[in-house]
Amino acid sequence: MNPVAYAARLGLARGWVETRHSLTNPQDLGWNVFVVTVFVVVLLFQRNATVKGSALPLAVLTLPSIIGMWVAVAGYQGAAGTLAIEREDGTLLRAKAVPQGMVGYLVGRIVSLSLITLFTLVIILVAGLLLLPDLATVGWGWLILVWVPVLGLLATLPWGAVIGSQVRSPNSAFGMTMLPIIALTAISGIFYPISALPGWVQGVAQVFPIYWLGLGIRSGLLPDAAAALEISGSWRHLETAAVLGAWALAGLLVAPAVLRRMARRESGSAMEARRQEHLRRSP
Amino acid sequence: MTVLDGRGWPAANGAADAVVDVRGLRMRYGSRDVLVDVGFTVRRGEVITLLGPNGAGKTTTIEVLEGFRMRSAGEVRVLGVDPARGDERWRARIGVVLQSWRDHGRWRVRDLLTHLGSYYVPYSTPERPRPHDVDELLATVGLAELTQQRLASLSGGQRRRLDVAVGLVGRPELMFLDEPTAGFDPLARRDFHDLVHRLSDLEDTTILLTTHDLAEAEQLADRILILAEGCIVADGSADQLARQVSTQAEVRWSRGGERFVHATPDATRFVRELFAQYGDEVADLEVRRASLEDTYMAMVYRQERAQLEEVSA
Repeated sequence: MNPVAYAARLGLARGWVETRHSLTNPQDLGWNVFVVTVFVVVLLFQRNATVKGSALPLAVLTLPSIIGMWVAVAGYQGAAGTLAIEREDGTLLRAKAVPQGMVGYLVGRIVSLSLITLFTLVIILVAGLLLLPDLATVGWGWLILVWVPVLGLLATLPWGAVIGSQVRSPNSAFGMTMLPIIALTAISGIFYPISALPGWVQGVAQVFPIYWLGLGIRSGLLPDAAAALEISGSWRHLETAAVLGAWALAGLLVAPAVLRRMARRESGSAMEARRQEHLRRSP
Repeated sequence: MTVLDGRGWPAANGAADAVVDVRGLRMRYGSRDVLVDVGFTVRRGEVITLLGPNGAGKTTTIEVLEGFRMRSAGEVRVLGVDPARGDERWRARIGVVLQSWRDHGRWRVRDLLTHLGSYYVPYSTPERPRPHDVDELLATVGLAELTQQRLASLSGGQRRRLDVAVGLVGRPELMFLDEPTAGFDPLARRDFHDLVHRLSDLEDTTILLTTHDLAEAEQLADRILILAEGCIVADGSADQLARQVSTQAEVRWSRGGERFVHATPDATRFVRELFAQYGDEVADLEVRRASLEDTYMAMVYRQERAQLEEVSA
């Protein structure tokens, strides 16, 4: 029995247990309800607005974009936040004290973050479909709806983990991820088509995954005619795969070394120091 | 036969059955040496307490041995392996009791112990089946009634007992405990002490624990190491340490309503003579050797004074 493969299998079980914990936890469920409500309100406001040069309601464009953005939020903020919290509370140290425990921990976290994200996405999608019957009639690119979020998670999760392993506290993990996400969302054509923005802003947006995630999900949920609203009038699947793939590859190359370094530094006294700091922050 | 040096404890070299062997361990943070020159050995089945004032480097020492901290210099062997290069097979043979805080708050007690125990399955051997039976272990640490509780709802003492169970679940050959009874009430402390005795007797587990509680050190340990100012200043059983500080015992008694005190190197002989001379007149007899507390104070004080002199010189 290969201990690493065995620990990875334990990680799958661990991920499932933690997913169940999250889906039955009132606080986590409340957060999900809050997120979905915010997006539904946005969609409601945009229901009657149309985009210049198209007959589609703005809300029909926004729903898939939000789903794409949420993949990035989960990848960056979810991974950074949980890692920062679990370094502080000793979960990681616990994993380090058991043989191959880090393997189990990481597999477990990837599984639970992915499943919980999927759960939220499905709720957003269902709420959107009820609200926007237009969407239900469009061509469904199911395959796209599978590979874009999966590649998107791969492109963002490792970087979230890198941030979470470097910050000093969960609060700074939140700040370090949420502020860039908000800024990137604003320029990535999530709540309004990117073609309305100046060229150089479009250029910046296209470096990061959020734009491509939005584009990818739009291409899966919207009729082909809607591609006319995009940069160069095309869904650009190849470019989407290339940019997300590049981020994923770079992340998977960088993250293990950074995480190993972080794990090496974990010790009882390091955790105790963070605990003291936490107690000082919230008396 | 164990090699003894002049002071009456095993010499630091040549211990073939050493589970832990530390020589010249130094730990430097910036320009400050937390550990200057730490050396000791621990043999299979021993219970050792590392005693010392706060900031003496107890936690640092134990973290180096656990492989959680890189040392600045020195030779360290734990189960024959340098902890800085210990692999997961080595990791599976040691147990670490962590001072947990609020990790895994949503997990149920039994689920978490079962999960963490499963990691040891690939390292099971016929002589040492791993992991422990979870229900048996929970009963041993007194959590049998709480198996379905979520961790977040446990009291501090219950959580510490679960920490001990987690440290034990892989049936370790060597177990590290850093301040295991901090925050225990007297009853929980007594239970914990029983558990340590049982582990060392039944499972042949070698145990190294830190404490700043002298009574605990005396009650638990086969051998006490006193760490002060980054050095091991004493190494021996409580009795041996007491004799090192003072060879004199104090005899108190009363006769005809009058109280007497006499210091003597041979209390037994003195008392025999006392009775021979006065017989039934002797009352309120008390013989007191230097307590561990006296010993500890004397040794720590001696070390601190030496350091001060070094600094001012």
